[in-house]
Amino acid sequence: MEERILLAHGNGGILTSQLIENCFLPYFQDPLLKQLNDQAIFELEVHRIAFTTDSFVVDPLFFPGGDIGKLAVCGTVNDLAVGGATPLYLSIGFIIEENFPIEELKKISSSISIAAKEAQVRIVTADTKVVEKGACDKLFINTSGIGLVKKEVDFSGHNAREDDKILLSGDIGDHGIAILSSRKGIEFETSIKSDCAPLNLLVNDLLPSAHYIHVMRDLTRGGLATILNEIAMQSEIGITIYEDRIPLKEEVRGMCELLGLDPLYLANEGKLVAFVHPDGAEEVLSLMKKNPLGGNARIIGEVMRKPSEKVTMETHVGGSRLIEMLVGEDLPRIC
Amino acid sequence: MCIAIPFEVREIKDNLAKVSIGTTSRVVYLDLLDEIKVGDFILVHAGFAIEKLDREEAEKTLSLFKEVVDEIY
Amino acid sequence: MKYIDEFRKREPFNALLSKIKSLPLQTISLMEVCGTHTVSISKSGIRSLLPPNIRLISGPGCPVCVTSLEDVDRVIMLAAEGKTHSTYIIATFGDMMRVPGSHSSLLKEKAKGADIRVVYSPVDALTLARENSDKEVIFFAVGFETTSPTFAATILQAKREGVDNFSIISNNKLIPPAMEALLNDENITIDGFICPGHVSAIIGTTPYQKIANHYHKGCVISGFEPLDIIFSIYLLMHQKSSGTAKVEIEYSRVVRQEGNPKALKTLNQVYELSDAQWRGLGIIPKSGLVLKDEFALYDAAKKFDLPKPEVSEPKGCRCDQVLKGMISPKECPLFATHCTPAEPVGACMVSSEGTCAAYYKYER
Repeated sequence: MEERILLAHGNGGILTSQLIENCFLPYFQDPLLKQLNDQAIFELEVHRIAFTTDSFVVDPLFFPGGDIGKLAVCGTVNDLAVGGATPLYLSIGFIIEENFPIEELKKISSSISIAAKEAQVRIVTADTKVVEKGACDKLFINTSGIGLVKKEVDFSGHNAREDDKILLSGDIGDHGIAILSSRKGIEFETSIKSDCAPLNLLVNDLLPSAHYIHVMRDLTRGGLATILNEIAMQSEIGITIYEDRIPLKEEVRGMCELLGLDPLYLANEGKLVAFVHPDGAEEVLSLMKKNPLGGNARIIGEVMRKPSEKVTMETHVGGSRLIEMLVGEDLPRIC
Repeated sequence: MCIAIPFEVREIKDNLAKVSIGTTSRVVYLDLLDEIKVGDFILVHAGFAIEKLDREEAEKTLSLFKEVVDEIY
Repeated sequence: MKYIDEFRKREPFNALLSKIKSLPLQTISLMEVCGTHTVSISKSGIRSLLPPNIRLISGPGCPVCVTSLEDVDRVIMLAAEGKTHSTYIIATFGDMMRVPGSHSSLLKEKAKGADIRVVYSPVDALTLARENSDKEVIFFAVGFETTSPTFAATILQAKREGVDNFSIISNNKLIPPAMEALLNDENITIDGFICPGHVSAIIGTTPYQKIANHYHKGCVISGFEPLDIIFSIYLLMHQKSSGTAKVEIEYSRVVRQEGNPKALKTLNQVYELSDAQWRGLGIIPKSGLVLKDEFALYDAAKKFDLPKPEVSEPKGCRCDQVLKGMISPKECPLFATHCTPAEPVGACMVSSEGTCAAYYKYER
């Protein structure tokens, strides 16, 4: 086989078959997928069905703790998980830039396979396209997923109530720093790895206390601040969090201080927030902490009725600070 | 306008030092400072060490704060 | 984090705040010159805790905010032109990417395909130059006395290595002349200065002596942690109530009387003084730095025919008054209506340490 992707690999002809044989089938062993039909057909029990889609365009493709493939699986799995869904099936679509190295494609396929196994989810249908040089940035992946949701579970962003406690499952900012440290121009060495992980493995453990949980969301781009603002707007409530209680690794803090970044806005790929009725907060916290993905979970704040749709933070010294939505990219600063 | 935070010096070679906070490290230039030793804390700005932290002075300032706390409470 | 966390503790902070409140009541206007102080103050919520008789004014120590529209336009034009022949790379600190020029910004030009790279250090840009020997790396150099020596050292490094495809557009400026210019403006009331900690680490105390001795305004050189800032406010109030005006170092763990002689020597080896255009303050004599003739190889203005922009000031923008501390952001009619971080009109809203951005983000 060639060393690099050619436009012809996307034509549907012999080269496309070769591409599938060499770069995808060895890693995607699902019986439904291997049938190589245009669709995967399966039966579902009578349940509420969660359905989501996400596209992954991260640069660099490989970073400490993961790669675009792992992200593509976990990102969609997590969107299902925080809806209380048990993820079942994923689709995956590749858009590959001409001249992309085949070896890297194989590595990414392998990551996808490993991530799917860990997340206990099946990849049942897939597609691939090749585009001209410059028409996309190396590789874009789209995944869509479906999962089953029990009748009594409702973690929608509209459900936050006054006095709810806000739980955060662990340290923020790891993914953002891992990505930044791999970029050219910002030459730092760090042992920080992306926290990319399938959160259904954590959410499963919390489901016995689902009746206390009002809202659940996973943190991604835009960080903790963005999610809190979104929920504040959806539920029309106010939020107060406490700077002292936010779990943060020292190295992430150091990088943020040095580069003038705010950890509240850094990307995460393996963390969630839960808004929990005060009577159940300690119980849910304890369940989180017992799980490997929630070991450093904390109660970081609570919901107030007013000021509505605003997120404020009590700082280390007791002052008050507004936490707004991110505007533009949080770029490293010198000043 | 001048973000700079204290990093610990781990290694020195010629005009370069490897400095770290926890396990995050960077190589910085020592062109703007003299007499830096391993174990010193230096302020890093834009990839350069711009000043050494005087630990005695730091302790003095912190003691001063403690005195104020004792005075008030 | 060592030497940071100890300066963020609540108990000593509250104790110092009590001490401030116990001083004889007086209305006092203190200017915190440095943009990093502006952000620190806003981020830690100090303003919400101070008694109402203490007014903290944010000054022009935000290099992004005071870079003139013409200087910003020049680099934006250069970036735009570079798309057609790609013989150079523009390097910049992240701070400058979103600053609105008359018609565009570096971020917008990058989206259109201009080769603009955000770097953390001038040496990272020098690395870019080594790795791209077929192109010129032109650094949009902004910053005050903390940052300028790092450019000087990088240029000396480039000279030693014989790298000839690296140059800077110098917009480096000096702080004390701007402080004096503000004091000469009769519309502004400033009772004392919270002086920039890291600029002072380089320049020491001497440049502030005139402000204390001639203008009788207290100068306290302050660190950036909440305890440093609240302590500096206390020291300034104490000076005022005892009728003294002197230069004090609060940030003694970093700042020495003589500053950093080696950094100053490096700076003076490479740069010389010039008049400079400050956005909002006009031309301030001997407040800028330009490269000496012998470093012409690293001076983009001498090496290339830089664009000559036609500037168009945004209508209704009152950044100049905000920069001088004459009005607070909330008094600008555009604040939070037409001028927001998402759609900034003036530089004060763009830079994360611009007064307006800090207010919008942390204190509305």
